[in-house]
Amino acid sequence: MKPRQKRIALIVGGLAALGLAAAFVLNALDSNIAFYITPSEIAAGKAPQNKTFRVGGMVKEGSLTRDNLTVSFVITDTARDVKVTYTGILPDLFKEGKGAVAQGRLNPDGSFTATEVLAKHDENYMPPEAGHAIEQAQKAQQTVAKP
Amino acid sequence: MSNRLINWFKFASPQSFYPLAGKMIPWFWALAAIFLIVGLYISFFVAPTDATQGEGYRVIFVHVPAAWMSMFLYCVMAGWAGIGLALNTRLSGMMAQAIAPTGALMAFLSLWTGAFWGKPMWGAWWVWDARLTSALILFFLYIGFIALQAAIDDARRADKAGAILALVGVVNVPIIYFSVKWWNTLHQGASVSIMKSPTMATTMLWGMLIMALAFWMYSIAVILTRVRAIILEREAHTEWVKALPEVRGESR
Repeated sequence: MKPRQKRIALIVGGLAALGLAAAFVLNALDSNIAFYITPSEIAAGKAPQNKTFRVGGMVKEGSLTRDNLTVSFVITDTARDVKVTYTGILPDLFKEGKGAVAQGRLNPDGSFTATEVLAKHDENYMPPEAGHAIEQAQKAQQTVAKP
Repeated sequence: MSNRLINWFKFASPQSFYPLAGKMIPWFWALAAIFLIVGLYISFFVAPTDATQGEGYRVIFVHVPAAWMSMFLYCVMAGWAGIGLALNTRLSGMMAQAIAPTGALMAFLSLWTGAFWGKPMWGAWWVWDARLTSALILFFLYIGFIALQAAIDDARRADKAGAILALVGVVNVPIIYFSVKWWNTLHQGASVSIMKSPTMATTMLWGMLIMALAFWMYSIAVILTRVRAIILEREAHTEWVKALPEVRGESR
């Protein structure tokens, strides 16, 4: 092998080894990298005890109630629900049926007291008319679905 | 005579690349200006308001092109660094050195505009989710590369040290790109990817793509300008640099 080929082999080999190592490390860290856990994961006992953590999912339709600045709502991943109470100002994009992430603690009764609530939006961008049309279609579908 | 149409290796020497880059720079500036004007016009006046995010989503027209550029430039920089390590070509190290500041600028721009976008939409300037954290690491990699290169006086040794750092950092690029797929993140997924049709209205998409082209042209123009300066600095002792009209004019 010429020295040049040796160097190329070394670089390619080094990068491959590095990539493999990174893959293993990230795999091992998997659950720690997640920004939030889902209600199903809480139900499976994966929530940290006596420590703050974040729970994320959809805000369940019709679950939002307000009492002055204290709001309570249900975060769902469609399989499991978690009831969240929060005192403070919600972000503008916080809406029923949309994504949200709450940070706080799990109470012994299984409810969640949040100290911070963030809105999570999706990667779809469309003009208001299209958005409105989709919303109408979804509503129509829901009314058909529950006779 | 070479049987190829263009002898690429000829342009791997700083002496022949210097005038070529000089000829290309005005064209890239002109293209950058055209794409920027068209892109900004579409972004602000043609593209419709977003259904959920209102006018605030328009940050995307700077944020996404900057983020794309920061990742792409890092790959190009690492590519040059790798070529320099393997083939010991002089120009490669200079190219890597010239790309780093623009890459850092793009990484910073993506983080900064991201913060401005995050506050009104998510409710936070910054969160430590996988996407944001890995993008911050990319910015630090650029800064680290620049600092390491600047810390070593001997240019060839600086190139080698920088190249190793740049190549190691490449691991981070796919992590940034796939972070929103692999883990739960607050950051939304990709609207535009090769795997699926874009999830944006057509005019919005065009605005973003033209802005991305503008960022490309700007980056190429600036990087070529910078690499010319680096060539002059590093090759200052050579006869061909001393014979350049612009260099003779200065020393007179």
